[in-house]
Amino acid sequence: MYLPDFEYYAPATVNEACELLAKLGPGAKVLAGGTDILSKMKQDQLSLDAVVSIKNFNQLTEIVENDKGDVIIGARVTHNSLIDSPVLQKKYPSICHTAHQMANNQVRNTGTIGGNIVNAVPSADLPPILIALGAQVKLVGTGGERILPLEDFFTGPNESVIKQDEILTEFIIEKQSLTGSNYLKFALRRSGALAVAGVAVAVAMDGNTCTKARIVMGAVAPTPARAKGAEQFLAGKEVTDELLEEVGNRAAAESKPISDIRGSAEYRRDLVGVLTRRALKKAISEGHV
Amino acid sequence: MQMTAEQSGTKYHLVTITVNGDPYTRAVKANTLLVNLLRDDLDLTGTKKGCELGDCGSCTVHLDGKPVNSCLVLALEADGREITTIEGVSQGSELDTIQKSFLENTAVQCGYCTPGMIMSAKALLERNPNPTELEVREAIAGNLCRCTGYVNIVKAILAAAEKQNKEQ
Ligand SMILES: Cc1cc2nc3c(=O)[nH]c(=O)nc-3n(C[C@H](O)[C@H](O)[C@H](O)COP(=O)(O)OP(=O)(O)OC[C@H]3O[C@@H](n4cnc5c(N)ncnc54)[C@H](O)[C@@H]3O)c2cc1C
Ligand code: FES
Ligand code: FES
Repeated sequence: MYLPDFEYYAPATVNEACELLAKLGPGAKVLAGGTDILSKMKQDQLSLDAVVSIKNFNQLTEIVENDKGDVIIGARVTHNSLIDSPVLQKKYPSICHTAHQMANNQVRNTGTIGGNIVNAVPSADLPPILIALGAQVKLVGTGGERILPLEDFFTGPNESVIKQDEILTEFIIEKQSLTGSNYLKFALRRSGALAVAGVAVAVAMDGNTCTKARIVMGAVAPTPARAKGAEQFLAGKEVTDELLEEVGNRAAAESKPISDIRGSAEYRRDLVGVLTRRALKKAISEGHV
Repeated sequence: MQMTAEQSGTKYHLVTITVNGDPYTRAVKANTLLVNLLRDDLDLTGTKKGCELGDCGSCTVHLDGKPVNSCLVLALEADGREITTIEGVSQGSELDTIQKSFLENTAVQCGYCTPGMIMSAKALLERNPNPTELEVREAIAGNLCRCTGYVNIVKAILAAAEKQNKEQ
């Protein structure tokens, strides 16, 4: 399997890259880890005139906690670097555990968090947990930069608000009152398989009362989707097993899955209920796991 | 990376990589994959190609010490970096502990997956000299073997870990 011909650019700065992308137009795309873009080009699912490599932007491979307690994750951080990050292991191990459930070791060494997001595949694993934690994305383009909630980034399967000349540079997770988070994925194999359904949750607990909840479902709608009805139903209530069962049922009812080779719509909806209940239990009793 | 000549409309770029300790500079097209640079230009055919889509791991090499699928890395992305292939694992004609262990434990049948398996196993033992069976299975989850059923491969890697720890 050979790749078709294309031009290759590896600019030195983000600004140069944005200008190149603007000049080259829609036939040019960013190349990060390449695990998705090169597979697609090999299979004739994508045809490009040029790729703009971001390999020289070493500042985008860092994960830091600033003095306000916000966590900043560079877009070029690989899945295995998410797993190994001392900052994430301390603050949000749920992100490490999510990355650990992805792909296989080799792909985790090249695939990046930025690529996982910009791809905008409905079954991608990182969007649900990042949305549950309220992550924001920074997009840099020829006209300057903008920061928006990741929740508002996706517009449909393989579609997002990112513009031709924009580069996703970092994720910002502001310091917050959440006490726990968790992502559970169901796939047909334990490794190298996309999610049939995935659910991420984040909660703030006060004693046994859930004061705030976010529930984000993956692979069961055109974009990662919050189960807002289920969230509202849970917020402010004393947590019991029966309550969590009901929250799961409500989330399942809010999902809009399709049937495909990996599972039927009915099966997916059922999975959402089970995964929501289990993920909530873990986040409530064990914290950010 | 520098641009070199345009030959009959095709652009070539210079790429310099270190493979198994030896530096190489080659002129490649933008669409040259690392696996093809290794196999076709450098004649290092120990690295195999199977699925060519990141699923099977037969093309596994170490890029700056980490196992990656060389079928999903452009040669130009490896510019300036260090690569270890299966040819770089033995010390001359003396096989590495992991290679010996694969032979001793009958972890090789047709042998097609073996170079990739050994690169994944080697990376695991460099990071984690005392892996559990689960950790071994996880480390080779991206390496498919159509012959062995994996049992002897897992055994071989665990035995290699034990041997390395005794030697130290
Ligand atoms: C064998 C295999 C298994 C996989 N398993 C999983 C899995 O379990 N879960 C999962 O979620 N995914 C999985 N994937 C998909 C893929 O590996 C991930 O989505 C990965 O994170 C993509 O990142 P990348 O850096 O390789 O992206 P690339 O292929 O380099 O880029 C992907 C897209 O994003 C754009 N892009 C990348 N970075 C930026 C940026 N910073 N700014 C603007 N645009 C950008 C590119 O232009 C391209 O359109 C798997 C892939 C393979 C090959
Ligand atoms: S040939 Fe590279 S992963 Fe299969
Ligand atoms: S020994 Fe034949 S594929 Fe593994």
